[in-house]
Amino acid sequence: MTKTRTMMRRLRLSTLLPALLPGLLLAALGAEARVLNISNGGDPTSLDPHKLSGDWENRIAGDIFEGLVTEDAGAEPIPGQAESWEISDDGLVYTFTLREGLTWSDGEPVTSDDFVFSLRRLMNPETAAKYAYLQYPIANAEAVNSGEMPIEELGVRAIDDTTLEITLERPTPYFIGALTHYTAFPLPEHVVAEHGEDWVKIGTIVTNGAYTPVDWVPGSHVTTEKNPAFHDAENVSIDGVKFFTLEDESAALKRYRAGEFDILTAFPTDQYAWMQENLPGQARAAPFAGLYYYVVNNQQPPFDDARVRQALSMAINREAIGPQVLGTGEIPAYSWVPPGMAGYGEPAEVSWKDLPYPEKIEQAKDLLSDAGYGPDGEPLSVQLRYNTNENHKRVAVAIASMWKPLGVEVELYNTETKVHYDELSRGQLEIARAGWLADYNDPDNFLNLLKSDVDFNYGRFVSEEYDALIDEANAETDTDARAALLKQAEQIALDETAAMPIYYYLSRNVVSPDVSGFEDNVFDIHRTRWLTLAD
Amino acid sequence: MFGYALRRLLSTVPVLWIALTACFFVLRLAPGGPFDGERPLPPAVKANLAAHYNLDQPLVVQYVRYIGGVLRGDLGPSFVNQDFSVAEQIGIGLPYTLILGALAFTLAVAVGIGAGALGALYRNRLGDHVLAGVILLGLVLPNFLVAPILQLVFGLQLDWLPVGGWGGGTITHLVLPVTVLALPHVARISRLMRGAMIDVLSSDFVRTARAKGIGRAAILRRHVLKPALTPVVSYLGPAAGYLLTGSLVVETIFGLPGIGRYFINAALNRDYGMVLGTVIFYMLLIVVLNLVVDIVYAWLDPRVRGR
Repeated sequence: MTKTRTMMRRLRLSTLLPALLPGLLLAALGAEARVLNISNGGDPTSLDPHKLSGDWENRIAGDIFEGLVTEDAGAEPIPGQAESWEISDDGLVYTFTLREGLTWSDGEPVTSDDFVFSLRRLMNPETAAKYAYLQYPIANAEAVNSGEMPIEELGVRAIDDTTLEITLERPTPYFIGALTHYTAFPLPEHVVAEHGEDWVKIGTIVTNGAYTPVDWVPGSHVTTEKNPAFHDAENVSIDGVKFFTLEDESAALKRYRAGEFDILTAFPTDQYAWMQENLPGQARAAPFAGLYYYVVNNQQPPFDDARVRQALSMAINREAIGPQVLGTGEIPAYSWVPPGMAGYGEPAEVSWKDLPYPEKIEQAKDLLSDAGYGPDGEPLSVQLRYNTNENHKRVAVAIASMWKPLGVEVELYNTETKVHYDELSRGQLEIARAGWLADYNDPDNFLNLLKSDVDFNYGRFVSEEYDALIDEANAETDTDARAALLKQAEQIALDETAAMPIYYYLSRNVVSPDVSGFEDNVFDIHRTRWLTLAD
Repeated sequence: MFGYALRRLLSTVPVLWIALTACFFVLRLAPGGPFDGERPLPPAVKANLAAHYNLDQPLVVQYVRYIGGVLRGDLGPSFVNQDFSVAEQIGIGLPYTLILGALAFTLAVAVGIGAGALGALYRNRLGDHVLAGVILLGLVLPNFLVAPILQLVFGLQLDWLPVGGWGGGTITHLVLPVTVLALPHVARISRLMRGAMIDVLSSDFVRTARAKGIGRAAILRRHVLKPALTPVVSYLGPAAGYLLTGSLVVETIFGLPGIGRYFINAALNRDYGMVLGTVIFYMLLIVVLNLVVDIVYAWLDPRVRGR
């Protein structure tokens, strides 16, 4: 036993010092430091905004960097690094005026050159930025990103140190909103020039947001500290944030209950009812700009027959899925575009939305027998694919049982996420689960999924009329006229049952009563600068 | 002794190399690549990423490149955590895994031997049966079941211990993960020890010693312990291996930043470099631990050394 104690003493001092260091750093913030502990799900791929693609990474990136435009507590766009901007009459030229006295966390000034540098680097094919396409509205961006034009041809120009001019391909009503995205964040040119790819290392990295990263232990946590150089630092109340890497939602909930976390960014849905009883007001399931849908292989018989597709879609009892199958009350989707997209009003709907469910089943059976399937015709068998996940499984099992009365035999087939999407992108599917979360506040986010030339159109739905309407809408400057064209396209997709919308996502968070300022919003973005933590 | 150790170490190099090669090629058989995901990438970007990481080269070329890198100590970049190379991440995560493993190993050996010895000395009394029952539970219940139960009881209901996290390495944070990791081995070691001791206690030379009038404590110390430990020691080699694989689950459930978690994450995300890097380290650890065990065994039983 003595040997063990000596070993433990030795271990604690020398080998555990690297583990102790971050703790010491936080202690250095002062005993009074208000630190927000967030369970963030995965490790970020990088602190470099050009290498990101996930919402858990956005949480960190949006705290440490700030773009021309940023989000308020309700995720509405507000002036960020730019104090104002002007838009030309034809909607193609945006001129931004940066705030006075902006600096990076190392004291160097933030200039419009930093924005030019950053956007060029984003579009540079060598950077291989996964989300570069988000800023394709910028003139020549797509050509530059495909290597067809040099990066100097990108439609971004620094007029002087505090004036930035961006030219667009075509009028884009959502462009200001798109600038809040991390792909539009400025990078510190002086640091990247000096350190190359190592500029993001802790100790070297320099940021312009409300916080700076001070520690990152992969697999454990990322720690940020308040940035005194931030232009609104006096209104930032929380002193630092610790983003914990924890994929196990159950374990995270246990640690939340033990007081180790202030915010959870996901929770196991089967605990929702329990949480509402025992932790009232803390678990939040709020509408989220995302669509959960089933892709149908439009090119493969029998699914190339629109009657078969429509029958299967009609037979899904969407009202039961959110409240009963999942337990969190997701909203049934009868449109392709989720509600709340800017300037769109009410989305188009399937014609059969308001029929009572038994009616839907009857009509579905009729459609199937017209197409030659069902009890009097050929038996219909479907392979239903989803990526391995408890919720997807529950939904798939429920829907398979909803199709049974139509005489449909369902084979459930699940694979892990990478395999699932790999096979989907190669067209290996009959019916498969997919989801899409809005990247920016505009319906064409979702409508693009069904364009014939887009990779994401896994079901290979092809309609010249649809494509033409989308293209026409993109050339339209008047918002109402544009919305009308998009809606026509949406109606076509719904009438042809290009795919089966199932429900609109809900964002899932658990927020401690000590935290105020956390406003539910459809993008589930909650920048820490708007939050306060009670002592 | 030294020559024996050296010979053993050298003989493992070809084994390591073959295992690494097999791993390299088998990994590529898994469908899906590192850049497939819920959000598909435009083909131009995918091509750029592949070129950036040399994934578009023929597989054999990539293999030769990789082995060359390993020999120079460069384990390549990580696709999942791009700000850290594989070597850096392993450097960061390895101490946590080693500390966890070492503590669990020590606990398992100490408690296992102690419980086994007690069981042998007081065999068939009530204490022996109770201990046997508890130990059987530890053997039978899987760690992913025991861990959440302990978290619930000690972390939430009794509030004695933190529910997870490393917490700077304080003892309170280590108690639960180390216990969960050690439990199955405490069980096996104590069974082995108990059985071995009972055997030795009834052997001729012990009876002779007792007849000569040597005290009980002296008999235990000089004549019983060493031979009784031999089966235990031969178990410790494989036990070290099981401890390492058990640490994957424990690290995930308790949120500890060891290389076990990197391994799981890397496999799911097709982070080839990271998977191979952790495989190298696991293999090295197992080889070294098995070697240590063999040396201890040779010391315990002089008849082995002659071979």
